[in-house]
Amino acid sequence: MKRVFLFIPLVAFAVLGLLFFLTIDRENKDVLPSPLVGQPFPPFEMSKLLTEEAVSTSALQGKPLLVNVWATWCPTCKAEHAFLNMLAEDGIRIVGINYKDERDKAHQWLTAYGNPYEFNVFDPEGKLGLDLGVYGAPETFLVDSSGVIRAKHVGDLNAAVWQKLEATYQGMK
Amino acid sequence: MFDLYGDTLTTAPEFGQLALILAFVVAVIQSVIPFVGVQRRDALLMSWSRPLAAAQALFLTVSLVVLGYCFVIDDFSVTYVATNSNTALPTPYKISAVWGAHEGSLLLWVTMLGLWGLAVAWFSKGLPLIMLARVIGVLGIVSAGFILFTLETSNPFARTLPSIPPEGGDLNPLLQDFGLIVHPPTLYMGYVGLSVVFAFAIAALLGGRLDAAWARWSRPWTTAAWVFLTIGIALGSWWAYYELGWGGWWFWDPVENASLMPWLVATALLHSLAVTEKRGLFKSWTVLLAIFAFSLSLLGTFLVRSGVLTSVHAFASDPERGVFILALLGLCVGGSLLIYALKAPTVASVGRYEWLSKESFLMANNLLLLVAAFAILLGTLYPLIIDFMGMGKISVGAAWFNTMFVPLSVALTLIIGVGALSRWKADQASRLKNELILAAVLALVVGGLSPFLADGSLNWQVMMGVGISVWLIAISLVDIWKKTRGNLLRFGSLSLSFQGMVLAHIGVAVSVIGVTMVANYSQEESVRMAPGDSYVMSGYRFEFVEAGHIDGPNYSSDATRFRVFDGDREIALLQPEKRRYHARGSVMTEAAIDAGLFRDVYVSMGEPLEDGAWGMRLQVKPFMRWVWLGAIFMSIGGLLAMLDKRYRQVKRASSDVQKSGEVPA
Amino acid sequence: MHPQRKKRLHLILFLVVGVGIAVGLLAYSLSQNINLFQTPTQIAAGEVPVGQTIRAGGLVVAGSVERDSDGLGVTFKVTDGAAEVSIFYDGILPDLFREGQGIVALGKLDDKRVLQASEVLAKHDENYMPPEVQDALEQAHKDGKQAMTEKAY
Repeated sequence: MKRVFLFIPLVAFAVLGLLFFLTIDRENKDVLPSPLVGQPFPPFEMSKLLTEEAVSTSALQGKPLLVNVWATWCPTCKAEHAFLNMLAEDGIRIVGINYKDERDKAHQWLTAYGNPYEFNVFDPEGKLGLDLGVYGAPETFLVDSSGVIRAKHVGDLNAAVWQKLEATYQGMK
Repeated sequence: MFDLYGDTLTTAPEFGQLALILAFVVAVIQSVIPFVGVQRRDALLMSWSRPLAAAQALFLTVSLVVLGYCFVIDDFSVTYVATNSNTALPTPYKISAVWGAHEGSLLLWVTMLGLWGLAVAWFSKGLPLIMLARVIGVLGIVSAGFILFTLETSNPFARTLPSIPPEGGDLNPLLQDFGLIVHPPTLYMGYVGLSVVFAFAIAALLGGRLDAAWARWSRPWTTAAWVFLTIGIALGSWWAYYELGWGGWWFWDPVENASLMPWLVATALLHSLAVTEKRGLFKSWTVLLAIFAFSLSLLGTFLVRSGVLTSVHAFASDPERGVFILALLGLCVGGSLLIYALKAPTVASVGRYEWLSKESFLMANNLLLLVAAFAILLGTLYPLIIDFMGMGKISVGAAWFNTMFVPLSVALTLIIGVGALSRWKADQASRLKNELILAAVLALVVGGLSPFLADGSLNWQVMMGVGISVWLIAISLVDIWKKTRGNLLRFGSLSLSFQGMVLAHIGVAVSVIGVTMVANYSQEESVRMAPGDSYVMSGYRFEFVEAGHIDGPNYSSDATRFRVFDGDREIALLQPEKRRYHARGSVMTEAAIDAGLFRDVYVSMGEPLEDGAWGMRLQVKPFMRWVWLGAIFMSIGGLLAMLDKRYRQVKRASSDVQKSGEVPA
Repeated sequence: MHPQRKKRLHLILFLVVGVGIAVGLLAYSLSQNINLFQTPTQIAAGEVPVGQTIRAGGLVVAGSVERDSDGLGVTFKVTDGAAEVSIFYDGILPDLFREGQGIVALGKLDDKRVLQASEVLAKHDENYMPPEVQDALEQAHKDGKQAMTEKAY
């Protein structure tokens, strides 16, 4: 037997490894730009979480804001909640979308952990979430004063993420 | 507003992380010192191997126990605990939640690696020090890589500070189940056990000595890992059967495939090792199989973790982890294949054998098993390749895997018994003729009659499946008959490895019968039923008695009650449920099963319809249990073979080898 | 023949037969058993022939789920954001089948261009999106954006 043949498994594995490597790269979901960036916020007619008053897209306009998609069933939302509270204390406008959730639970949550939101859009069926292309909570959108989405972040919001997003936020007065 | 430093905050997680870091440090030392010792022929340095392996196992175990403790005391400051547990979760599930998601299962994986290393150090009294040092060194490298992976990308002890969630997100309901307490650890023991076989192969390659002694040392470890894999796969199949709620027991899901591939290769390896030990043949091939088996078990871990292939139970997908684990895979597999290419013997093995000999049959066995493993690999990766080339998104259906796997299994089942019966080197057809004719007649008669006994109509698949199983069982019995000189009761006095082999082979036949019958005679109906309705299917009458409501510790469920009648006789009262778990709001179907040796009756709930009616899935599955019963036979067979006294005599055998000295690398 | 050579021939013969069987089976059955994923947009555009087994998926359109009054038949629509396709399925839907949830169905288009599904899959994780569906959504969004830009100019 020639020694060259013994290299066949190695070469086969190298090809396979390359295939895996190139595939993983394509699967990287975090860096996928949202197709909604640069688009107006999708129109909606829904109710507010706490007051149950009607609310529509126009409520978002006027001042730049963060739109935060959250739910009580989502542990990561719990993790980012304290940070949202801090942002709210710093005077940053945050609107919540309570996504595929129950009113009572959401109410209890806001009472227990504090309420950083100017108001919450109650989206029990996930209709608005569908329009926004939400994969799962939490997700946060930066929306400018004319109601256009400027950035999107999938996953929890924390100091490190905010550092990157803050420039966009400051820039979209 | 921050609930900083609540009363649950302990330093336990830091303690666990410290133990893990220490384990990493020990692993690094373990991957250096023994090799330096070997290089310098320094017995003192080489003798560090055992204490190092023990220290590593200790630190890893401490780390795992601490994580379990964090779960038990509901320390939600630990992100992993907060994500995967809940105060309402029953304690056994809190413990099994340790391996309920990525971080913890990885910690379990490395802990098992440590324990296997300890086992090698413990049971290696007869091993030459230089071999032991190399084996422990290789295990140290693998361990260091995976502990680093855990610490860097998937630290289970990471905290959610400063705000500690007062309640956890709960364990995925799918995993709140006995099957999931035992299935992952068993499967992991199998995956990780193959690392020992791998380490022996690399050590032997490095020492330039692939001989009978190496094969004999490797055999019990291979068998041990194989037994764990067998049980692990069977448990996974059983779990999927009752927990996923639709009565399937094998889905050709990428994760299942990932466990089946190393099993097939490990099975081939078991047989190839026998040839290498007894006849000194197939050396390069055997060592390559050892590398393949471990590589495929790493690939199994990789496929689940990276998100490259998503499937029913891909519970953690993260590209960053994927790249890291790919690098690890590249290092382990690429490195070992390079060593193989450079060091494997190119001289043809000594020893001759004829066409009709045990060697030939074992070679055919290896070929069939490898082709099967390769086909599964191809089927699993094919969608990936097609997608990568931009030719669209496809899936390879179960039908394809069945088309591939069935003929190979049939061929394998046909040769198993004959191979076991035949002699090494050369055999005469005339010697085997009478036994084989007897078995063939039995197979034709029983196989030929079976479909008519079952439901009275012709069914070639059943004839074939039952026929080949009877063939295998008959040949196995003939083998015992001859070995015991006509007294089957003296089976117990034969060598344990022979008993184990026969039992495992009969296990294959039992599983084949199970698969054949389930595949051909299962009845399934999805029907709309309201309380008071009855439905008759394959001789059984299902009566919907009532619907009600049950509150569990962390869920509430809609339940229904069914009476099942065989004629007028009530055979089972079944209570399937549709559970809604509070923490995640997710819905789970809990099937109700009346299990029996010859048939399972399976009832599960679909959706609620109007007027109190439910969509119900009713199934009758003949011989379902045989599929797993066969796996139990195989596992017991493996255990017996491992316990054979031959392996306990290694001390004497290997000291002979030691005297003969080592061929310089 | 020289015994050594004979053994090598033996080995090669085995390999050739084994590989031959494998390749034959592969070629035969891979062509039969792969199911291409089609997006609702592709189906609506008539790119998919009637009667061919495909996989189709998207998000279940809210309010589109209609059950037969007897039996288990259910009709619903899925969307990728640009087009919708109707799916009929007679059987028990998976636990995680909900409006707004991403699903994948396996089946054939009938002559009314309704997908007659033999299997409906929704994954066991409320945050999980089948990768095909995710791609389809992104593609539709991208195309939509392009169309808008084209209109504007």
